[in-house]
Amino acid sequence: MNRHAIQRLGFGLLGFVALVVVIPIVLIIALIVVRGAGAISWEFLTTMPYDGMKAGGIFPAIVGTLLLTMGTAVVSIPIGVGGAIYLSEYAKDTWLTRAIRLALVNLSGVPSVVYGLFGLGLFVLFLRMGTSILAGSLTLAIMTLPVIISTSEEALRAVPMEFRTVSASLGGTRWQGIRHVVLPQATSGIITGILLGLLRAGGETAPILFTVAAFYLPKLPTSPLDPVMALPYHLYVVSTQVPGMPPQMQYGTALVLLVLVLSMNVVSSLIRSYFRRRRQW
Amino acid sequence: MSAKFAVRDLDVFYGRKQALRKVSLEIPEHQITALIGPSGCGKSSFLRCLNRMNDTIPNSRITGQAFLDERDIYGTDMDVVELRRRVGMVFQRPNPFPQSIYDNVAFGPRVLGARQFGRLDEVVETSLRGASLWDEVKDVLHHNALSLSLGQQQRLCIARVIAVRPEVILMDEPASALDPIATLKIEDLMHALVEDYTIIIVTHNMQQAARVSEQTAFFMVDDDQVGVLVEYGPTREIFTHPRDARTEGYVTGRFG
Repeated sequence: MNRHAIQRLGFGLLGFVALVVVIPIVLIIALIVVRGAGAISWEFLTTMPYDGMKAGGIFPAIVGTLLLTMGTAVVSIPIGVGGAIYLSEYAKDTWLTRAIRLALVNLSGVPSVVYGLFGLGLFVLFLRMGTSILAGSLTLAIMTLPVIISTSEEALRAVPMEFRTVSASLGGTRWQGIRHVVLPQATSGIITGILLGLLRAGGETAPILFTVAAFYLPKLPTSPLDPVMALPYHLYVVSTQVPGMPPQMQYGTALVLLVLVLSMNVVSSLIRSYFRRRRQW
Repeated sequence: MSAKFAVRDLDVFYGRKQALRKVSLEIPEHQITALIGPSGCGKSSFLRCLNRMNDTIPNSRITGQAFLDERDIYGTDMDVVELRRRVGMVFQRPNPFPQSIYDNVAFGPRVLGARQFGRLDEVVETSLRGASLWDEVKDVLHHNALSLSLGQQQRLCIARVIAVRPEVILMDEPASALDPIATLKIEDLMHALVEDYTIIIVTHNMQQAARVSEQTAFFMVDDDQVGVLVEYGPTREIFTHPRDARTEGYVTGRFG
């Protein structure tokens, strides 16, 4: 076999492997769309479930997931971005910052069900929040923080050192340099990180299982201390816990969750490409 | 003629390595002073002591004294941030922010509080005129600064410095990335600027030092590879009647 044939064979194999990655995602989306699209209707999206959830809509689960995602955002964005600014711009290389980084790496490796148990122990029981939007949002926020911090820190570090130097040489304080030069240049990376983190939070089941998610609620929440239904948990419930559930409704629920999560993904890609076009260094 | 800077017995260290030893000199106001010498002789390190940009390098340390208008640059009562506004800096590689031309010039006044600098549009125009760039960019003020040629970018960086009304402009090989025409424009600009500012330029290019400067300081490494000031005086004397054999060897092109 000559070397050109070897190269063709190699590229062929690599192309096949790359294709293997694409196949499952296409199949997943196709399966869910084909089986679930029939369930999607205005009524399905905007009404309460009834008849043991075998009929009606999934409105409260959609509202719950949106509320939880917003709650997570409110808690995790300021802490995450603030922490990233500190680590990237101010922290010296000491045992403390090394410990913080080690903690971040380990946090992102913790299984999500462990966050759920932690949230149950700390927020629900010890801090007496009960199973509530507050407890669930805080649990999801803790799970999201490592993602936001590490992606934001990376975005900040990608801004050339030179810009900070120039800002300092013009008589800017370090904070003025960060505020006026570094942050504007890092915005797209930071927003991408935030969306990726929230995306994961919105789709998780285990952390909300013990902290907020309700099996079935006849009404919408009225305060942050109320439990809510949430899409991922609702999907689990209708798929395994309700006998005689029409499959179309199961797939319909999955489709709504998928669309919510994927649309956040699309928005984050759009933001990224918008800022990338403006950035020119 | 008074001294803008007075430096006495200045040593600079980076970690355990000494970069400069016992440098003493006085730099006159409203003149162009050139710092020349082979690579690694500490001339840029010296320049960065004058606005304390060396502070930003970890493990850097200085001993000795440096005064700006008879005030100790390294004294405890010196506001470093204000010092850097008064002693502006132009870098080797043109480094405008990836923003519009207007925003680049307006950056300093905006960050430092535009009110003390007057109306922003006027500051931008005066600064760009001061940097001989206004006529070339007045119709494209809101275009990205990186669309300019390198020479224009460097003059934009000078305009950005002028906008915060410094007293001194430090230039660290400002023309070494530029072609000869752009270099000439920078040199013409320096002659115009010296009316209002004290200029200190580090350059590898001896002809440039001879063309633009009134005073020249020649740096070189000694036997321990530590930078020292070999000779300092009026440029004409340094180039025609150097007192030190090493200076003569360098300016006549025998090494370096």
